[in-house]
Amino acid sequence: MNILWLQSAGCGGCTMSLLCAENPNVIELLEGAGLSFLWHPSLSIESGAQVRKILNDVESGEQPLDILCIEGSIVRGPNGTGKYHVLAGTGRSMLDWVQSLSKKARHVVAVGTCATYGGVTSAGENPSDAVGVQYEGAHRGGALPADFTSASGLPVINVAGCPTHPDWVTETLLLLAEDALGEDQLDGYGRPKFYADNLVHHACPKNEFYEYKASATKLSEIGCMMEHLGCVGTQAVGDCNIRGWNGEGSCTRAGYPCINCTAPEFEEPGHAFTETPKFAGIPVGLPSDMPKAWFMALASLSKAATPRRIEVNATSDRITVPPSLKAPKS
Amino acid sequence: MTETSLLVGPFNRVEGDLEIRLDVTDGKVSAAYTNSPLFRGFERILLGKPPTEALTITPRICGICSISQSAAAARALADAAGATPAPEGEKTAALLHAVENLADHVTHFNMFFMPDFARPDYAGKPWHDRAVDRFTAAQGSALRVAMDARARLLHIVGLLGGKWPHTLAIQPGGVTRAPTMRDKVRISADLTAFRRYLEQQLFGGSVEEFEALTTVDALSDWGRGDVALFMEIAHDLDLAHSGQGAGRYLSFGAYPLPNGPIWQAGTWTNGIEGPLDTSGIAEDISHAWMLGDAAHPSQGMTVPDVDMSADAYSWCKAPRLNGLGYETGALARQVVDGHPLARDLAKQGGVLGRVGGRLLEIARTQIAMESILADIDPKAPFMDRAKLPANGEGMGLVEAARGSLGHWIRIEDGAIASYQIIAPTTWNFSPRDAGGTPGPVEAALVGAPVREGEETPLSVQHIVRSFDPCMVCTVH
Repeated sequence: MNILWLQSAGCGGCTMSLLCAENPNVIELLEGAGLSFLWHPSLSIESGAQVRKILNDVESGEQPLDILCIEGSIVRGPNGTGKYHVLAGTGRSMLDWVQSLSKKARHVVAVGTCATYGGVTSAGENPSDAVGVQYEGAHRGGALPADFTSASGLPVINVAGCPTHPDWVTETLLLLAEDALGEDQLDGYGRPKFYADNLVHHACPKNEFYEYKASATKLSEIGCMMEHLGCVGTQAVGDCNIRGWNGEGSCTRAGYPCINCTAPEFEEPGHAFTETPKFAGIPVGLPSDMPKAWFMALASLSKAATPRRIEVNATSDRITVPPSLKAPKS
Repeated sequence: MTETSLLVGPFNRVEGDLEIRLDVTDGKVSAAYTNSPLFRGFERILLGKPPTEALTITPRICGICSISQSAAAARALADAAGATPAPEGEKTAALLHAVENLADHVTHFNMFFMPDFARPDYAGKPWHDRAVDRFTAAQGSALRVAMDARARLLHIVGLLGGKWPHTLAIQPGGVTRAPTMRDKVRISADLTAFRRYLEQQLFGGSVEEFEALTTVDALSDWGRGDVALFMEIAHDLDLAHSGQGAGRYLSFGAYPLPNGPIWQAGTWTNGIEGPLDTSGIAEDISHAWMLGDAAHPSQGMTVPDVDMSADAYSWCKAPRLNGLGYETGALARQVVDGHPLARDLAKQGGVLGRVGGRLLEIARTQIAMESILADIDPKAPFMDRAKLPANGEGMGLVEAARGSLGHWIRIEDGAIASYQIIAPTTWNFSPRDAGGTPGPVEAALVGAPVREGEETPLSVQHIVRSFDPCMVCTVH
C-alpha cells in the first residue's frame, strides 16, 4: 500500500515523533508490512515540481492512493479562504488540497490532535480559524463534512495525541495494511481503540500515591498530581504509561501532569494546565466512570489511612522514606 | 540575455512549508524571494492566558525544536520573576536541550541534506555510487543507522523529560524530575552509544580529534567516515563557494550553566567580534503580510494583513540587528564562540561552511554533554520556586539547533499582554526589509546556477538546505 503524507498547519512534531519508532525503525517497520511512502515531506527525495506532479496525478486519478495521512490542523482563515496556508508552489490552499485528495484516498488518517480536532493551532482566539480534518473540536464536521467516508467506507481515522506516539501511527498503518481496522475498532471520537481504550492512569508510577490521594503540591514533588497540579490521567485516553515514550518515559513519569492531549479541545482546559480547578476545595473532574459520592467517600477514607512513607514521599522530590522490610522469619 | 521566473515549492526535507520565487538571468539566480506560506498566530493564541501556559503552548510551535521553545519560554518567565533556576536544574535543562540539538543536526545531515547527492542527476560522478548506498532518501544505509542512533539518544529525553517532542519538564525554576544516580549511569550509557555511532559512522574517528581540527584544509584531509564523502562531494561541486553569506553571524550563547554558557553570545561581523546587544533588534514588516510598524520585540505586535497586500510576499517578519540581517545557526554559534575551524569556514561562508560548522558542533556537543552529565549532583535540589509577578517583562534567549531563538513576554494583571518570538529561521529566511535589502538566504541564493530545463534547481536546494530551515518556527 502507498501513503501520501501532507503537513498542514501543525508543528511537524508527529513526524519527528514517528522517526523515534524503534525495533525496528520506521523505515524497516513499514517496508516489512509492504507500506511505502508515495511522498513524505521529511523523508522523500522529490521536491518542488516533482511533488506537484505527484499531487496532480493523485488528484486526476492517474496515481491510485491507498492511505492519505494528514498532519496538522486545517486553517480556514482568513474569511474562509484558507489563504493562511497556501501549499507552497501550488497557489492553492491546503484546505482545498485536503478536500480534493481525501476523495481519492482509500483511507484518510489524521495524525495528531491538530489534524484530528484542531488542537493547539486552534487555541485561544484561534487566529487562523483552524479545524481538524473531520472534527471541529469535539464536534463532527471539520475541513471534511461530518458524514465523510473515504473509499474504504471508514470515516477519518483519528490518531490523536500531541504529539502522537510513534507506535500509535505505525500500528494504525499496519492494521490498515492487514485490512484489520474496522469502524468497530474506533472509539466515539474516531480514535483507534488499541490505544484509546486505555487511560493514561494505567501503569502510572504514581498509582500508590493516587490510592491514598497523597498529593504533590508543587511540580518536582513525586506525589499524585491529580489533586493540585492539573493531572487528568484518570480521564485521558492513551496507553502512555503502559508502552512508554522514548524508551521508558511518560509525562507523569517525568513529574508533570497529563494534560489530556489525546482529547478534543484539550488545548483549552478552562484553567491553567498545571493547576487543578477546585470547587469548595474539592477537585472538579472525576476519574472516568467513578460515581462522585463513592469517589468522595473513598478519597476521604484513603487520605485518612495514608501511611507515613507515602505521605512524606508525596511532597519530596525523590523517595526519602523507603518501603519497610519484612523481618527475617527466624 | 534570457530571463525567466521560477516558483519553487513545496520544498521538502526542510521542516514545514517553504516556497521560493526565483528570477533567473542567463542561467543564474538574479533575485530570490522566500515565502513562509503558513500563518498560525501563536503570539496571538497566548494573549490573555496565564503566563505559565507559555510552557505548554510554545513548545508546540515546533516539533523539531520543541525543547528550544520550551527553554526560551522558561527563561523568559524566570527573567520576569527575577529568578534563576536551581543549578542542577539548569544543568539538566541544558542536557535536555543539547540532546535535541544534537538529534536535529544528525537528522539534518542524514535525512534532509545528503540525500540530494544520491539523485540520478549526479549519476557518473565518482562519488555517486557511495552517495546512493549511504544516503538514498528513506533508504540509504547511513539513514537507517542514524535513525536508530537518534531514537536511542532521545531516550535521555524520555528519561528526564518524559517524551520528545513537547516536554513540560523545563520550568523557570529548574526541571520537574530529579534524576537519581541510576538515571545518570543510564544516561551515560546512552551517550556512550551515541559516541560510538558518531565515531564509527559519521566521523570514522574520535570526536576529540575532530574538534581539534583548526582549518578547512585539515577538514578536507580528514578522510574518514561520512564526513569524507561529504568533503569529496563538496570539493567536486565547489560547495565552498555556493550560497555564500554576507559574513555576519549572530549567537545568543548556548547552554547557560551556573558558571556561564558553554558557547559565548555575540556577533561576528566580517571578521570583527562584537557583544550581543538585543536592544538593537527590530522586526521590519514592510514585506510581511502584517500590519503595524517595525518594532523591538518587547514592543512588537502580530496583526495579520488579511488582504495580503501586494508589496508583501511572506508571513515572515524581517528581524534586523542595528538595521542589518544576520545569519544564525551552528556555524554562527561556533564562529562567535571563536572555534578556529569555524572561523576558517566562515571565510567562505557557503554551503560547505554551514554543513562543516554543523559537523564541528556535533563533535563539540557530544563532548559538552558528557561533561554536563558528569557535573550533575543527584543529591542536590533540581527545582527552585520562581514566583511570577502580576506585572512585568521578561526575555528568554537560547540557541536552538538552527540558531538564535528569543521570547519576549509582557505580563499585565497576571495574564500575558504581549508575547513575541523571533526564531532562528525568522532571521535566516526573512523577506526584504523597508530598504529593499534581502534576507540572508535570499542574498545567498543570488548567483546560484540554474541548468537548462531545471524547475527546482539543485544548486538552490543545496543552498536552502544548508541553512537547515525550520519553517514552522519561522512565522509561528
